[in-house]
Amino acid sequence: MISLEWVSDYVDIKNEDLHELAIKITKAGVNIEQVLDNHISNLVIGKVITCMKHPNSDHLHICMVDIGDDVVKIVCGAPNVREDLKVIVALPGAVLPGNFEIKKGLIRGEESNGMLVALFELGMEEKTEENYAKGIHEVEDNILVGSDANLYLGTNDCLYELDVHKHRNNDCYYHIGFAYEIASILNKKVTLPEIEHREIDANVNDFITVTVETDRCPYYLAKCVKNVVIKESPDFIKKRLISAGMRPINNVVDISNYVMLEFGQPLHFFDRDTLGDKIVVRSAKNGEEIRTLDGVNRVLNSNDLVITDGETPVCIAGVMGGENTEVKEISKTILIESAIFDAVSIRNTAARLNLKSEASIRYGKGLSYEYTNMAIERACYLLEKYADAEIFCDVVKHDKVEKAKKIVTFKTEEVNKLLGITLTDEDVKIELERLDFPYEEKNKDFVVTIPTRRLDIDANVNDIAEEIGRLYGYHNLVSTLPKVPTKRGEYKGDVKIRKEISKRLRSLGLNECKTYTLTSPEMATLFHCAQQENLVLPNPMSVDKSVIRLSILPSLLAVYDYNKARNVKDIHLYEISKTYDKEYNEITKIAILMSGNYLVNEWQQTVVKVDFYLLKGIVVNLLHYLGFKNRISFVKEENDSLHPGISANILLDRQKVGMIGRIHPSLKKEDIFVCEISMKALYEASVKPIKFKEASKYPEIVKDIAFIVDNVVDSETIKNCIQNNGKRILSTVEVFDLYPNIQEGKKSIAYKLVFKDYMRTLQEEEVMEVFNHIASRVTTEFGAVLRDR
Amino acid sequence: MKEKVENIIKEVTEKLDKATSLKEINDLKVLYLGKKGPISELSMYLKDLPNEEKKEFGKVLNDLKTELSIKFAKKIAYYTDLELQNKLQNEQIDVTLPEMKIQTGAPNILEKLVEEVEEVFMSMGYDVVDGPEIEEDKYNFELLNIPKGHPARDAQDTFYLEGEEILLRSQTSPVQIRTMLEGGGNTPIRMICPGKTYRRDADDATHSHQFMQIEGLLVDKNISLSDLKGTFDVIAKKLFGSDCETRFRPSYYQFTEPSVETDISCFACKGKGCSICKNTGWITVSGAGMVHPNVLRNCGYDPSVWSGFAFGFGAERLAMLKYGINDCRTFYQMDLREISTFDRKDVE
Repeated sequence: MISLEWVSDYVDIKNEDLHELAIKITKAGVNIEQVLDNHISNLVIGKVITCMKHPNSDHLHICMVDIGDDVVKIVCGAPNVREDLKVIVALPGAVLPGNFEIKKGLIRGEESNGMLVALFELGMEEKTEENYAKGIHEVEDNILVGSDANLYLGTNDCLYELDVHKHRNNDCYYHIGFAYEIASILNKKVTLPEIEHREIDANVNDFITVTVETDRCPYYLAKCVKNVVIKESPDFIKKRLISAGMRPINNVVDISNYVMLEFGQPLHFFDRDTLGDKIVVRSAKNGEEIRTLDGVNRVLNSNDLVITDGETPVCIAGVMGGENTEVKEISKTILIESAIFDAVSIRNTAARLNLKSEASIRYGKGLSYEYTNMAIERACYLLEKYADAEIFCDVVKHDKVEKAKKIVTFKTEEVNKLLGITLTDEDVKIELERLDFPYEEKNKDFVVTIPTRRLDIDANVNDIAEEIGRLYGYHNLVSTLPKVPTKRGEYKGDVKIRKEISKRLRSLGLNECKTYTLTSPEMATLFHCAQQENLVLPNPMSVDKSVIRLSILPSLLAVYDYNKARNVKDIHLYEISKTYDKEYNEITKIAILMSGNYLVNEWQQTVVKVDFYLLKGIVVNLLHYLGFKNRISFVKEENDSLHPGISANILLDRQKVGMIGRIHPSLKKEDIFVCEISMKALYEASVKPIKFKEASKYPEIVKDIAFIVDNVVDSETIKNCIQNNGKRILSTVEVFDLYPNIQEGKKSIAYKLVFKDYMRTLQEEEVMEVFNHIASRVTTEFGAVLRDR
Repeated sequence: MKEKVENIIKEVTEKLDKATSLKEINDLKVLYLGKKGPISELSMYLKDLPNEEKKEFGKVLNDLKTELSIKFAKKIAYYTDLELQNKLQNEQIDVTLPEMKIQTGAPNILEKLVEEVEEVFMSMGYDVVDGPEIEEDKYNFELLNIPKGHPARDAQDTFYLEGEEILLRSQTSPVQIRTMLEGGGNTPIRMICPGKTYRRDADDATHSHQFMQIEGLLVDKNISLSDLKGTFDVIAKKLFGSDCETRFRPSYYQFTEPSVETDISCFACKGKGCSICKNTGWITVSGAGMVHPNVLRNCGYDPSVWSGFAFGFGAERLAMLKYGINDCRTFYQMDLREISTFDRKDVE
């Protein structure tokens, strides 16, 4: 939260409309989420001179009210309105909360030029019956008539609530940093606050020693003050802290917070009398304990940084002070710490101890050593002025901080190229001056030194282009398209086949799903293939999302359940997703789930229900589409999650590429059919290009043949036998009839055989010769009997 | 002779008038014009006639044949048509009865959106590239200018699988890195990489531990932020209508510099301010920027020669805005009653 009243100490914003300014700042890159402005214009302190009953009302009064430079007539309905009362007057033009605009008007025939208001009407109290009954607000008698009521009400400040990207946290979340941002936008200069103070003869170095035993504290300053008088802070400090969302405590504590909100540099105050004469900064020991200011015992480890008195920890560096050296009402001598700690270390400690504070957040972003210097002097200045402190001269300093300046050398042309604009050297100069970045011109180059307050800027031309660009205004960029050669965009790798499969499956009536990769251990065990092990997350968020799935089918079952519960009957789903095993092997899989009816028109009694063969048809259709005709086969195979009698492996070129079957009745009672195919295998299999094949000009001869054979003999096995014995003239073989259990343990199965030749008309005799050969082969090979027709 | 002929004509005319079906007419036709009919009979005499009479008589017979044929043909046509009309009259169906339900499947909403975005970018020469979802730290963070310990990592609370080295990718940017490394520092790049990403967020209406990003990258010579703006205009207009306006605001990402947030004018209120745009008239839809020189360098591209831009959309956010969806769980729940709406082409 930034107080604009506070910021106005450092940059001139007297004549700015603060709402307009907020828009300008947001456009330039620091997002102002909300402007909190309870200032109401046309609100003055007035005094009721005369108060008479309204002739046409039993409760209204007609008042003449002195508003300083005028006396106005106002009709008022409050019970407590009376002569000589000082009141808050909303004059015409005032807009009260709820967008209620005060206008001149007639109230029951009497002119009224404003409104005498109650606090609830200003949004400063709740609108309760009690407050309503109180009537209008009675202003204390010592308040000047005609003065701005906002001053009296304390509503003259305007606050910006910021939502700043992380990188600008360290320069925009304190008032001086924010003042620089405003200054660059308004092209003004920043005035830094007063830090000059008196010092006594005694040197602080004779009074305290600082030893730093870690490289995680590059910069440590300490000063001491004595004879401090602890009391309430002056009004302006209290008001500003409240505006910024902090609670005033006493002058000393408030000053440390005040300086932090000014310079962004957190300070820590120790009671020098309880601390002793030594400061040692070091890594904490494992198991070392400290009782912090909030009264909690904290156990530390070697990743934490501590401030000690040489023996005992007195502060968790950058995070929270210890109770043992806390500044109390009776404290007289104070040690002021202004330091820089390793940002990552502070973030980790604050996160581990769950102790995120205004201070730890700021240490965690990184700090500018120049402000570390200024902040400690500023604190001394304020302690002298508002806590009667006497300040030891000099400063105790540990200094290993990196002071190398960040310098960027660039040409205007480089900035123009990156942004696509046409600035001149003069324009760039103006922008650099607005940013208050010191620069020199060497030949045709700009040599810019990045101020230490802008830790977010790296020494490269892109960063400079960004600073110039945001002041130039991205809304002023003209849209162009890249001047690059024309080419066609392509799907790379297996993306294309994925899209093609997806489109085919949709057109076959399946709905595309997208489900979660992370699943529960129970679901992960379903449809499990042997040899493959699941990848389990070492630190999951919850058990139900703790395993990376190897099969997509359990997720599709969950989608099935969701829809079933909502009375959807025909559920046809597919999903194509990557799966991973324990060794991070990636396989993209195609999963299909079908249940219910596939084709329906009830009044015509047309119902095609989903069964194994329908799903098989979908799979075959897909694989034919992909160019695998005559290369696919289905072989019975059991899977724990599938019905043992209704399940198979899908083979491509005799290699397993997937499985298909009915869900095991112990998992789901309903008829649900599923399959899962490795898309990786399909992508990697080679396919021949399409070639035209002319239809035969000669008539074909069709013959039917039926066998009685053991139930267990597969139709495909018999078909293969027929095909292998069909010589060159057998063109196709299809099952057209099936009678299971026509005899004990035997079925009748009938095939339609189509004979044709592309070169000539076949003779009945030669067809019969082949036909008889087939009949005899099948009967001997499978113990089959030819069925009489 | 003449008499005979006139009698035949008279006879046929009378009989035809009495006939009421196509069959009767066809029978009559066979009877009179057939091989055993009166005309055949008369023509038998022809060969016995003297030559001069032959000619005359032949003509009379021919005329008779023609006349009868025409009479039959007319009558046949009339009854054929009549019978067809009767047949059609009896073959009426109720066209308002329900049709056979030919079901086609719907695309997942996110995929539908991704396909639209892909179409636009592919037409501008961008390839669509895929990458692994289990990634190495180096591709997901380090080469993207996000070293270990960097606060940007905190914001992307990552699912780590093995120490801090192997993870479920928290963004699709590693695909950009892989593409640049393949490019070898001397090949221009134009690509988008839609895909799944994972972060440790509890699932609610606006958060999901799994979500989809559509990121893109262009690396070439003389590429500027204005080129990014023009490119963003094209996609915004395609997705949200030709009157959609765009705006860039300064922002910050570790892997781009300068960085911008890209806004579209609110399609609901046309910029006047409403609840969808939180009264600002603008809706933020993506983050983008010029590829950071460190990232270019990390991937072998010399930033003094090459420049480029990168952008990233949240597919869920775009789909929620475009289709008016309030809860991002909708995309993963797959309620078929809702999804079936998406089985159609959208307006251009």
